[in-house]
Amino acid sequence: MEDGNTAAPTSGEAVVVASEVTRRYGEGDTAVDALRGVSLEIEQARLTAVMGPSGSGKSTLMHILAGLDKPTSGSVAIAGTEITALKDTDLTKLRRRHIGFVFQFFNLLPMLTAEENIVLPLSIAGEKPEGAFFDDLIDKVGLADRLSHRPSELSGGQQQRVAIARALVSRPTVLFADEPTGNLDSTTGHEILELMRNSVDSYGQTMVMVTHDPRAAAIADRVLFLADGLIVKDLPRSSEGDILAAVNSLMTAGATTGA
Amino acid sequence: MTKFALKGLLGRKLRTALTAIAIVLGVTMVSGTYVLTDSIDKAFDSIFTDVRQGSNVIVSGKSAFDLSDGSGATAPAFDEDVLEEVREVEGVALAEGSVDSESAQLIGDDGKAITYGGAPNLGFSIANGESPFNPLTLVDGEWPGPNEVVIDSATADKEDFAVGQQVGVQAAGAVEELRIAGIVEFGSVATIGGATLAGFDLGTAQRLFDKEGELDEIAVSARAGVTDDELIAQLEEVLPETTQVLSSSQQAEEDAEGTNEFITFLQGFLLAFAGIALFVGSFVIANSLSITIAQRTREFATVRTLGGSRRQVLGSIVLEALVIGAVASVVGLFLGLGLAKLLFWLFDLAGFTLPNSGLILETRTIVVALLVGIVVTLLASLRPAIRATRVPPIAAVREGATLPESRFHRFRTLGSLVTIALGFAALLYGLFAGGLGTTQLLAWMGIGALLIFIGVALFAQRLIRPLAQFLGWPATQIGGAAGKLARDNARRNPQRTASTASALMIGLALVTLVAVLAQGITSTFRNSVEEIFIADYAITAQNNFAPIPIAAAEAAADAPGVEAVASVRTAEARIFDSNEFVTAVDEGAVGAISLDWIEGSQETFAELGANGAFVDEDYAEEHDLAVGSPVPILTPSGEELELEVRGIFDPPTGGSPFGSVTFSTDTFDRLYESPRNLYSFVGMEGGVTDANTAALESALADFPNAKSQTREEFVDNQISGLSAILNILYVLLALSVVVSLFGIVNTLVLTVFERTRELGMLRAIGMTRRQTRRMIRHESVITALIGGVLGILLGIVLGGLLVARVEFIAFSLPTTQIVVFALLTIVVGILAAIFPARRAARLNPLEALQYE
Repeated sequence: MEDGNTAAPTSGEAVVVASEVTRRYGEGDTAVDALRGVSLEIEQARLTAVMGPSGSGKSTLMHILAGLDKPTSGSVAIAGTEITALKDTDLTKLRRRHIGFVFQFFNLLPMLTAEENIVLPLSIAGEKPEGAFFDDLIDKVGLADRLSHRPSELSGGQQQRVAIARALVSRPTVLFADEPTGNLDSTTGHEILELMRNSVDSYGQTMVMVTHDPRAAAIADRVLFLADGLIVKDLPRSSEGDILAAVNSLMTAGATTGA
Repeated sequence: MTKFALKGLLGRKLRTALTAIAIVLGVTMVSGTYVLTDSIDKAFDSIFTDVRQGSNVIVSGKSAFDLSDGSGATAPAFDEDVLEEVREVEGVALAEGSVDSESAQLIGDDGKAITYGGAPNLGFSIANGESPFNPLTLVDGEWPGPNEVVIDSATADKEDFAVGQQVGVQAAGAVEELRIAGIVEFGSVATIGGATLAGFDLGTAQRLFDKEGELDEIAVSARAGVTDDELIAQLEEVLPETTQVLSSSQQAEEDAEGTNEFITFLQGFLLAFAGIALFVGSFVIANSLSITIAQRTREFATVRTLGGSRRQVLGSIVLEALVIGAVASVVGLFLGLGLAKLLFWLFDLAGFTLPNSGLILETRTIVVALLVGIVVTLLASLRPAIRATRVPPIAAVREGATLPESRFHRFRTLGSLVTIALGFAALLYGLFAGGLGTTQLLAWMGIGALLIFIGVALFAQRLIRPLAQFLGWPATQIGGAAGKLARDNARRNPQRTASTASALMIGLALVTLVAVLAQGITSTFRNSVEEIFIADYAITAQNNFAPIPIAAAEAAADAPGVEAVASVRTAEARIFDSNEFVTAVDEGAVGAISLDWIEGSQETFAELGANGAFVDEDYAEEHDLAVGSPVPILTPSGEELELEVRGIFDPPTGGSPFGSVTFSTDTFDRLYESPRNLYSFVGMEGGVTDANTAALESALADFPNAKSQTREEFVDNQISGLSAILNILYVLLALSVVVSLFGIVNTLVLTVFERTRELGMLRAIGMTRRQTRRMIRHESVITALIGGVLGILLGIVLGGLLVARVEFIAFSLPTTQIVVFALLTIVVGILAAIFPARRAARLNPLEALQYE
């Protein structure tokens, strides 16, 4: 099941649109501009990677695109809804329907079983999983025999699989992954990346992944590079080597301009 | 390390403050108790000293034996001729005689006697307004002449009495209309505990009190150069057998004996509740410190890697506790002053007005309050502190390091069961061993209850999972996903939930215990009255316990439709070398009071004659009495009579209206001065009807002190005194429930803090603020319910044991109260969750995700 083999829904349509987004933390002399006017579109059924050195604003950008944080100026629309003016409850409900999350530290609830963790977003929304899709999802993430285990009885890789299944279970418009392999060894990380790529291909799942690992970015359809709060490079699907080269060139550029 | 500890406290202001509240409340109670009782003591002291001002020695009547304190019985009056003899004694400068009464009732505009709660209606004679012995000061008008009265300003204000108007006064006989000559105030005391004061000239007072030609006291001042002892010696030569003479200060001490006993009791009583609140507080503190210490595992490990010794870690935590305890105690000490004020108000509200002449803060109060607060905090901190010392340095670098288990962890279940068993053993020993003094009995029971609470609290950890499963079920039904998560969260850390719930358990166990006892007493009492009281109406005093003139019963007997009137009188007597309550009953009892006779019959009531008596079964057994046995009695005034047993009855569980020995009213009236009724039972043709009620009420119209009641009303009124006491108990126990409520708040705040990242995740994946609040609230309610259920069950068991011990109470489950307590528990849970839930809902999901 490599790319292109599955009939993905129409790709290319923008599901998240950000224009001229700025984000400033603090006030006065100590104010920090995390984002300084970012515009971008996240296209449907594609995996977009966001890269950049720490402090480049990549996490801030993800939080704003996912409706967890609000921009200081500019606008963000998720699935056609402008979110900058939404109240907390409406924003939460929008996240319920349209957004899925995968975190670096898995963030599973220790007292729930794998299955309960997976269906948690649905329970919170007061919904039940669709039988066929759910079975297929469990099959895909390879957890069929682990469903009744608690997180403490699972390996790191298995925990992240549970987290991915939890993010996919509500079939969100867009799934955000924050350094999903950051807390895993390389073999396990590789398996997780395969699973993510697979979900994009087979479910047509739109994904945004924040990472600083070129190997992870290499599975993306598009790689955005952030530096000092601005998008400085936008690559189509690239090899690990090309991405590493791009990172290095940015770092040198940053070193010459920044110093 | 000192700096490290103090900085740590400042860095955790909210948590520190929440922890401290538990101790603040306990210390407030300790300090409030001392301030209250010291203030009352001071007020009473000044009352008793003021009364004796100007006099050197006091001559008073002497009873034939030492009367019991607080029985209301007073020494008999003596002949007024004694006064002339006293005045002739060489060392006497001035001597004045007086009479007094504790039931000189003023009649209000509504025709009813004015009483404030259970306070006495003091009446006395004022021989001469300008006399140095007079403790009163005139505020308005003048001193009373014949057929005049002066009343205290507080009563005058409350009832709108003014100088010159007529007011009804009733003491021993019928109501007399007297002119108000003046308004007075008593010495330096603002209120003397709700008592009303009525002062008369000697002749009027003697007539009103049915003490014509008699005196209760003579106040004497000495000539210059004559010492009190010399004066006493001189007086003793001339005084008759029926009197005694004491120096004023000795007399004041003797007067104060009863109230001192009351104050000591009140102090012990309130301190017991302070102790309970502190005990609950120690649970809260131990739990809060355990949680914060668990959360700071890494911090301690880091200190260890940097070269800190175990001793230093221990020292820093103990120092923290010391600071918390000291600050909390100081705050509690001052809040105690406010609490004392509140308690004055509360007692007033419940009908027990206490005398007050300003709040007194003794050094002892300060020392005890601070010491107790600090020591309790230190003791509570020991266990968590010792655990913290067991954190290995390696925990500094390990993700998710947890506090190591205590060395004794594996003995926990066994230990808790042994503790519970020891607790019950101590309790049962205290209750049933017999031959223990009250103090010993209370001590055994207290230790037993303490051990049981600690044992159950330790064992509760094992019960949390099933209890949360069961009690959390409704939450999962009404709370959806939030409810399910709440239940899981409650089960997540059983030890923590158990400690939090245990604090509430203690309060609820005690509240339930009180309810079980109260229910037992009232239901048993009700049954007894229903068994004994076969008449239709009862006549009692307005305040249910003051004596009523016999004329009231005689007037009732003349009312149309009245078939039988049975009056009961009571007094103290010396029988078989001990002070006993004796009662008298008239022959009307045949048709109004039904007893279960072992010897004799209903007819016995009518056949008591001049020396017949009946006794209850226990008294007969104790003194080996049978029909025909002689019972010699001695009255306080020295009258002696040999009674003969004519009947023996088996009283119902809830007791009977009769004392140890009962004889005829005729005999009673021969033995005791100014006899009055305690209550009368009235049987009427046609039973309780509106017409009969009206007839009885109009017959009693001239007796403002008396009221007629149906049997139901009689029971309710007799029980109402108990309800007032119960309400005080509930209010006092509420304090420990409030302490445990703060315990829940504290645990939840710490838990929210600990689960920041988790809460952020939940918010990110679609949990609304409302759902977040609901989740915390349900967890709080489940925790509270666990404590509530354990407490209520424990309370029923403890209450049942107590009831089993006390002969005159039968067990009866207070169903309504238990339902109310369960609902109250839910309310406690909801209240405790307000603040933590709001904090949880306000968490920015972003901060939550970045938090590490």
